[in-house]
Amino acid sequence: MQAIEKKAKTIEDAVDLAIRELGISLEDAKVEIIEQPTRGLLGILGGKPAWVRVERKDSPASRARKFILGILETMSLGANIVLREEENVINVNIEGESLGILIGRRGETLDALQYLTNLAVNKNQEIRKKIFLDIEGYRQRREETLEKLAYKLADKARQRGRSVILEPMSSQERRIIHTALQGEKDINTFSEGEEPYRKIIISLKK
Amino acid sequence: MKNLVELLAKSLVDSPEKVDVQMIEKEKSCVIELRVSPEDMGKVIGRQGRIARAIRTMVKAASTKSNKKVVVDII
Repeated sequence: MQAIEKKAKTIEDAVDLAIRELGISLEDAKVEIIEQPTRGLLGILGGKPAWVRVERKDSPASRARKFILGILETMSLGANIVLREEENVINVNIEGESLGILIGRRGETLDALQYLTNLAVNKNQEIRKKIFLDIEGYRQRREETLEKLAYKLADKARQRGRSVILEPMSSQERRIIHTALQGEKDINTFSEGEEPYRKIIISLKK
Repeated sequence: MKNLVELLAKSLVDSPEKVDVQMIEKEKSCVIELRVSPEDMGKVIGRQGRIARAIRTMVKAASTKSNKKVVVDII
């Protein structure tokens, strides 16, 4: 694991220099203080700088960051990555301009990247972390769209008095629809078909 | 694009040093040949080709800029 040593006036400054050079964020850094700074006589003479050793932590979050940044680089895309870690889940938001090609049609590229990131980060690990990717709030917007669609199609099923079949969706998207219609007393939802063509059927309860 | 396939494959397999990627450019298309050690085949193909499909989806996205059809072959 790559480690560098830095000296500066204060510990914060030295750490800052080091993480900049390593290109990592503070959460991914393992900091070891080699020497505390001392102030010299009158703050001028004989003062010693702070001396730190900084190393990249090998955490799932840092592996995820490194993997995604590497992929973006090979695709000549610049982006900022914001990670939010919970107990078993890492939420990754990729922020940047013209990332549309990374979302793809109905998020298919984003789903592929998310799947590959999960595999790469959890490779040979005992504890698996589930990684969710989002680009510029795409998933949030898609969730709202799907919820609206769910209510609209439930109404359609009521009006026509028969089942409505939706187009194939990923399990993540199907879950959004199932959850949205859970509270509707007269509506039943279930999935049919094989992945990746599995689709939801909205039917009326008899 | 070659780099993309190489990075993806190396991140997934157990023997990254045995990953070999060749790119054959043709007039309107481009073939990327991916070779991994036999034990790692499953790691780049996946159950019912799910991983291979995800790799191809990524390559397709990366190739939209070049206007060329790109085929990824796992050999």
